[in-house]
Amino acid sequence: MTKVTYTDAQGQQHVLDVSAGTSIMAAAVTHGIDGIVGECGGNLMCATCHVYVDPRDADRLPEMSDDEEAMLEDAVAEHRPTSRLSCQLVMSDDLEEIHVEMPSEQL
Amino acid sequence: MNAVSNVPSSSLDPFSAEYRADPYGSQAELRSLGPVVRLEKYDVWACPRYDEVMEILRLPEQFRSGAGVGLSDLTREKHWRKPSILLENDPPHHTRVRNALNKVLTARNIRRLRDAFEERAVTVVDGLASKSSFDGVAELARPFPLDVFPDAVGLTADDRENLLAYGRMVFDGMGPRNEIWEEVMEHAEEVTSWITAQCRREALTPGGLGDQVYATVDEGQLDEEEAALVIRSFLSAGVDTTIFALGTALLCFANNPDQWDYVREDPSKRIRPAFEEVLRYESPFQMYFRTSTKRTELAGATIEEGDKLLVMVASANRDPGHWDEPERFDASRSAVGHVAFGHGIHTCVGQMIARLEAETLLGELARRVERIELTGEPVWQPANTLRGLAELPLTISPARGA
Repeated sequence: MTKVTYTDAQGQQHVLDVSAGTSIMAAAVTHGIDGIVGECGGNLMCATCHVYVDPRDADRLPEMSDDEEAMLEDAVAEHRPTSRLSCQLVMSDDLEEIHVEMPSEQL
Repeated sequence: MNAVSNVPSSSLDPFSAEYRADPYGSQAELRSLGPVVRLEKYDVWACPRYDEVMEILRLPEQFRSGAGVGLSDLTREKHWRKPSILLENDPPHHTRVRNALNKVLTARNIRRLRDAFEERAVTVVDGLASKSSFDGVAELARPFPLDVFPDAVGLTADDRENLLAYGRMVFDGMGPRNEIWEEVMEHAEEVTSWITAQCRREALTPGGLGDQVYATVDEGQLDEEEAALVIRSFLSAGVDTTIFALGTALLCFANNPDQWDYVREDPSKRIRPAFEEVLRYESPFQMYFRTSTKRTELAGATIEEGDKLLVMVASANRDPGHWDEPERFDASRSAVGHVAFGHGIHTCVGQMIARLEAETLLGELARRVERIELTGEPVWQPANTLRGLAELPLTISPARGA
């Protein structure tokens, strides 16, 4: 289990326990957290699960693929160095706690 | 393939008129038999549940597409056309083609289509104002994609009905050689040469998506022949499927007026998720095949090299093992994770264009139409692997002030 804290654009926080093998996007969608859409279901087609990761967590997360990087360039909200697609952030047991911020818009 | 005693088998024929009369009942029957069911008539494995469908789609090296995604094995039988380098292909070649295409079908590029789609949606809905009743397929679901999508690709020809004929050849051609197969292949030669001519660089509008695919040739990512085949894929996979999705969307909202009310309360937010629910509930591309590359176990069944597996995505989208109340059309549900566009490396490359088409057309309707009602029985198109409407008699009531 990883404790994932989602902070929305208004500063409101949601905390979920996400089991290993589940992505931050899938957990958010399952629990109805607004701010992550995940329209394509994790296939790197839509860029609607854009999040900003905490710089302290960045090195511990799965590496970014070229496809993810290319999709992020087209995300609706501002692209920052900490931008990730949360469908690619699959949790594992060695991750205890992760913080992500959600942009104000995804579509 | 050897029949194994502990794996259930069924005499059900998913390409028969009986099956099409009640596909969801038949799918439920298969799901209840087991995760993998031997179909006696075709000697193939049916996979009707969500988990196995996902497992197969996630393992393209084990379950390949290059031997065809229809019933026939392209490594043994001659295909009716030159195989698609997207749909009927495997890595590493598939990866190179897909990567080139991803550079054309970017989210940014697709967003640029919005204005043209919205404008056309207004015109199409305007055209209904004077009609007391009409065929929702002929007046809405068919003309809209047939206009906006080939325009976006850059098709210049007017005789676009050929796209429908070719689409049927592709999707019905995946089934066995039944009556449907014979009917759609009757004019295969003329239709194939028509579409081949439309995919040439000179035939396409400069700046359109097709022309941009040819630009990747200049950059050395594809060759000319590959570019033409990719454009053929656009034109064959992107029309019938979207027409069917829009037609069944109208039917879903006619049958569930409370869901239409729900969407109309906030169309700009609710129409896209509602369309995902339409795709889950009535997946246009209902099922297709994969071929096993080596002996393996799948949910207790021993799959031999060369065995065909029927990947029943529409059934997975109604699997009660994955969805709460799957038989209920619920526009407020999160349908994320449905497999109507597939999953993994072969996931529909045009899916964001399909979503934009649905959002613009259905969104325009939601803002201007209070009620969608049936005035007669909908007619389903007999089809081997797709499901959609041929006719949908409707009447609509305009919203106040619209």
